[in-house]
Amino acid sequence: MKTKNFDTKVQDLKYRVLKEVARFAWQGTLLDHVMDIPNIIVPGKKPTMRCCIYKEKAIAAERVKLAMGGNPNNPNVIEVIDIACDDCPTGGFHVTDACRGCLAHRCEEACRLNAIYFDENRRAHIDKSKCVECGMCAKSCFYNAIISYKRPCEASCKIKAITMSEDKTAKINNEDCIACGACSYQCPFGAIMDKSYIINVIDFIKNSQNNTKYKVYAIVAPSISSQFRYAKLGQVIAGLKQLGFYSVVEVALGADMVSYLEGQELAQKGFLTSSCCPAFVSYIEKKFPNLKEHVSHNLSPMGTIAKYIKETDPTCKIVFIGPCTAKKMEIKRDEVKGLVDVAMTFEELQALIDSKDIDLTKLEEDVLDNASYYGRIFARSGGLSDAVKQAIKEQNIDFEVKPEICNGIEACRLALLKKTKNALDANFIEGMACVGGCIGGAGNITHGITNAAEVDKYGRLALEKTITNAVSVYNLNKKDE
Amino acid sequence: MVKVTVCIGSSCHLKGSRQVVEELQYLIKENNVGDDVNLSGAFCMGRCQENGVNVTVDGQHFSITPDEVKDFFKKEVLSKIK
Repeated sequence: MKTKNFDTKVQDLKYRVLKEVARFAWQGTLLDHVMDIPNIIVPGKKPTMRCCIYKEKAIAAERVKLAMGGNPNNPNVIEVIDIACDDCPTGGFHVTDACRGCLAHRCEEACRLNAIYFDENRRAHIDKSKCVECGMCAKSCFYNAIISYKRPCEASCKIKAITMSEDKTAKINNEDCIACGACSYQCPFGAIMDKSYIINVIDFIKNSQNNTKYKVYAIVAPSISSQFRYAKLGQVIAGLKQLGFYSVVEVALGADMVSYLEGQELAQKGFLTSSCCPAFVSYIEKKFPNLKEHVSHNLSPMGTIAKYIKETDPTCKIVFIGPCTAKKMEIKRDEVKGLVDVAMTFEELQALIDSKDIDLTKLEEDVLDNASYYGRIFARSGGLSDAVKQAIKEQNIDFEVKPEICNGIEACRLALLKKTKNALDANFIEGMACVGGCIGGAGNITHGITNAAEVDKYGRLALEKTITNAVSVYNLNKKDE
Repeated sequence: MVKVTVCIGSSCHLKGSRQVVEELQYLIKENNVGDDVNLSGAFCMGRCQENGVNVTVDGQHFSITPDEVKDFFKKEVLSKIK
């Protein structure tokens, strides 16, 4: 099988399930074959991943459910597959057998809480009643004899929305979860997954009867430039049309529109946080409700471009394709409802393309060019701030932007904390929940170190060099100079 | 009211739809027909193979390059007003 450059085998497994679900959905036989998919994913009698073949098939069946929309009673789009959770050990720092009972006892010196004690063989132990999990002892040991038993899901969830249920299974607390998807990408057993709505996409396309009854638009996030690197971007666009989308539009044009208006809003209000990242906005609403009024009133680039397309074509359906699982929550928000019909990830797009056996590398290149350089660099940390600065400059607004660029939700938390204490030396918070910005999103196929450079390269290829030129197509009648 | 729709999809954008839009906006203002012309955009008209930018006037289809806008406006838009 051709490798799709996924970062992990878990992603590949998820992709194979999505692909089979999509294949039957296109044929209109999904309900007849839904029970066969686990056997296709886990063939034969010998287990390769778990203790026995029955468990493997049972987990595959759970993945099929999530690929078909998951549990409708759970409002969150990120779900734990209970039986797939390996109940990883917890318990924090622990001294292993690698402890040689040395004489130096640096660990003891490093621990300010006197939590380290020694047995008769001079071997270290940790008094859990005193330990606060600071990790200084582990850092001090040259034998690396002290390790941390922290669950990857809990470690990846910087906002501490994951705990352990009574039966030791990971549990997502929906009141705290911002649907960034970090846990789903990190879980080494693939026990946490984002719900997929690809069968809705397939239905939209099929029922449009070749875009005659209504048109189906794909709006793609600018981070697409860092994905599908085995093919050319133009070939991906051609692939989308072959799947049955009527037209493909850059969300980056929505980003141009957002930065244009956000520049005005910032100058007018004097302080603002960005509203592009749905996980960041959700985090403010849940943990910093007092700062809610400072969130930009602009829709996200996705919402903005979708609104514009729906104005030009009110009966159309719009599918957002991007790197983001939180977008699946965003489209349920009141102000976005009805604008975007489905949100899906690049991972899911790969499955859709392959479910129709489309070989992107064989397609003739199509074009994608709606936005400016500035709209396109929204995909990486710092891009949004650059764009807002540029928008203010282009509109000759007398205002100096002092951005606080928050790369990842931990940095966001810090900046928001400072703001509540009036200790933030900035007038604009660029908040991105994923490290690196959207290119670090959980729904990406790859998270390579060169992805930010790819985004900039793609940005420079844009026909329009200024935000003003890119947004000049917007509100055509209202323009009076 | 004459409805003029300019395609601003990727393919037409690369062929100069922004120039076409700007020229049309200029001509509408110059001829003082802002109340008679409704200018709007569309993402793709399904005729990406045409040489020019796709434009419709009250549903009738045209393909024009930025250089042809002036003549096109006179012939196909102004003539339909009143």
